[in-house]
Amino acid sequence: MKDKVDNIIARYEGKKGITIPLLQDIQVLEGYISEDMIRYLSEKTGIPVAELYGVATFYSMFRLKPQGRHIIRTCKGTACHVSGADIIISAICSHLGLKEGESTTDDGRFTLLEVACLGCCSLAPVIMIDDTTYGKVSVAKLPGILDKYK
Amino acid sequence: MAIRTIKVGLASCGLAAGADEIYNLLKEALPSSIRLEKTACLGLCYAEPMAEVIDEQGGSRVYGYLSSNDIPHFISDTLPDRKLVLSDIREAPANRDVAGQLRIATRNSGRIDPDRIGDYLEKQGYTALQTVCTQFTPEKVIDTIKASGLRGRGGAGFPTGLKWEFARKAKSDKKYFICNADEGDPGAFMDRNILESDPHSVLEGMAIGAYAIGADEGYVYCRAEYPLAVKRLKFAIAEAEARGFLGYNIFNSGFSFHIHLKEGAGAFVCGEETALIASIEGKRGMPRIRPPYPAESGLWGKPTNINNVETLASIPWIILNGASAYAAYGTEKSKGTKVFALAGKVKHTGLVEVPMGTTLRTIIEDIGGGIKDGRKVKAVQLGGPSGGCIPAELLDTPVDYDSIVQTGAIMGSGGMVVMDDSTCMVNIAAFFLRFTQNESCGKCTFCRIGTKRMLEILERIQEGRGVPEDIEKLEQLSEQIIGSSLCGLGKTAPNPVLTTLRYFKDEYLAHINEKRCPAGVCKALVHFEIDPAACTGCTLCARACPVKAISGEKKKTHRIDQDTCISCGACYAVCNFNAVMRT
Repeated sequence: MKDKVDNIIARYEGKKGITIPLLQDIQVLEGYISEDMIRYLSEKTGIPVAELYGVATFYSMFRLKPQGRHIIRTCKGTACHVSGADIIISAICSHLGLKEGESTTDDGRFTLLEVACLGCCSLAPVIMIDDTTYGKVSVAKLPGILDKYK
Repeated sequence: MAIRTIKVGLASCGLAAGADEIYNLLKEALPSSIRLEKTACLGLCYAEPMAEVIDEQGGSRVYGYLSSNDIPHFISDTLPDRKLVLSDIREAPANRDVAGQLRIATRNSGRIDPDRIGDYLEKQGYTALQTVCTQFTPEKVIDTIKASGLRGRGGAGFPTGLKWEFARKAKSDKKYFICNADEGDPGAFMDRNILESDPHSVLEGMAIGAYAIGADEGYVYCRAEYPLAVKRLKFAIAEAEARGFLGYNIFNSGFSFHIHLKEGAGAFVCGEETALIASIEGKRGMPRIRPPYPAESGLWGKPTNINNVETLASIPWIILNGASAYAAYGTEKSKGTKVFALAGKVKHTGLVEVPMGTTLRTIIEDIGGGIKDGRKVKAVQLGGPSGGCIPAELLDTPVDYDSIVQTGAIMGSGGMVVMDDSTCMVNIAAFFLRFTQNESCGKCTFCRIGTKRMLEILERIQEGRGVPEDIEKLEQLSEQIIGSSLCGLGKTAPNPVLTTLRYFKDEYLAHINEKRCPAGVCKALVHFEIDPAACTGCTLCARACPVKAISGEKKKTHRIDQDTCISCGACYAVCNFNAVMRT
């Protein structure tokens, strides 16, 4: 793993504006960005810990905790909001046994995130699991969609 | 007549509706006499998945609402008429849904395969760039764009030619040209569709702009939530470089231009140009004071020009057809066309491009087909979290920058979400404010804390704890936030509240004085119960309930467990027997 991290760092050596793409690549590799990783990256690149942490917490894409095997992104865009996005979120939580404030299931199968807009407004309500987008989602359709992911 | 070619629409909306399955099944089933091609978005998202069928004579029909059962009908050309969406893609005016539309920025969307540069070249692709590089001086390019009257389509509406002129006049050994593809407005997807459907038109627009201002390096800053757009852009950049349309010495003119792709990391504020620049530099995306404007000091301190996707996609068309052809469309101060993402409670959701000055009513009732389920339009939300809600009585407002501003909303980037009487306007105002509050970068105090205080007030109104003075407090805070925020996010954040207060004050008052939500949305103010006399035990409500709060055997009376019920209203919406009572 450490070799892979070093390879990523090497790719950005001597380049400008690397903080965001570097953290993005690390997140793809590890699934999230740990505190230890931030310290390690800082040591290797000379970018201060505060700057790395500042960037990692500023952008919604970065995760500072381990994630489930599959990421569910529920769209909270305007069209989805008026088409019952909250109902879909309640149904997902109910189906997966997630309590308020929890985002990852106990078995590590899913992490549930809310995103601002997936841009498929005409098919609202929309959810995205990993890289697949599902449109016109309903409470009745949800179990069938979620069961595809183990 | 035998079918010669079938084109399947494979943009995000199509894929979400299952277009890839249709494509794969067709690939297996089609005889070799029929060509199978890919294309992207025709803008008729409501009918996805869709495919265009082209016969031997070149006649084309577009079918929608496809499912795997339709595959055999493609081969025998017996697809039912009820699935026919467009009778001829080339004769758009003859088709109901596209009548009144005029496609300039989206001219190739849904017509070409975005992953094949050859398709784009057949549509005069990169001809405008060639003309510019070999026949135009940079000043002539700028004059052409100025004469066209094109204004920035990202929302602010600044004249594009003038912006280029500022960057042209800045003296520096190095300049940058950036495409802002960080389309963050919830409810907007114009730029995503253009990038997914016709990425080369944006790259060509960038190259023309770079030539005009004297830049040799450019960035596309694209939202990471748009993985397909990112993928197609990457591919398009590589193809354009391989053909010499980007890179060194383009068309042997001595002009060189290299484009890099930067993925955003999820921050709405990065749509603001100085924040976007900070983000490309690898920093937190926080806006800074202007001046200096990016035209003087932008990326890495060098003169930089930033334009939005739709603006850039229009550039090659203007060069090819002339400034006056573009300026012939639209109104006195808003020229050309505007793309809108039509969504919400309208029948025909999708992407529409209309001449500036078209009325909201034409877009919603003619192109959009009116409101779903025979309900009535209540308001149209324009401009996302920076915009406002325009009430039904103002539907005859023409869409141009100035007319929209008069309503209290803004043109914005083009998100148009239609709302019916099932939408609570206090809830919508809170929805947008929650969004801007969450996305505020935190630099300006009033934006950071003021929006929070406003949100708290809206939340307590929704919970039935509002007091009459709250309205005045909301107005006062709005004024302060607008007056003391640095960037567009803060300056416009109160707009959704101000416009709903202006047009729907009675709804606020009903929440505050009568503790009642007229639309039946605010959870604390509604209560659902099943009328045993009316319930037929059809189980529809139980299946629609997201928290399994409804129990009962088939054909027997159902009941709602009030402890589990979250008052979402899903049961009320689905019941066919008016058995769910909302009080």
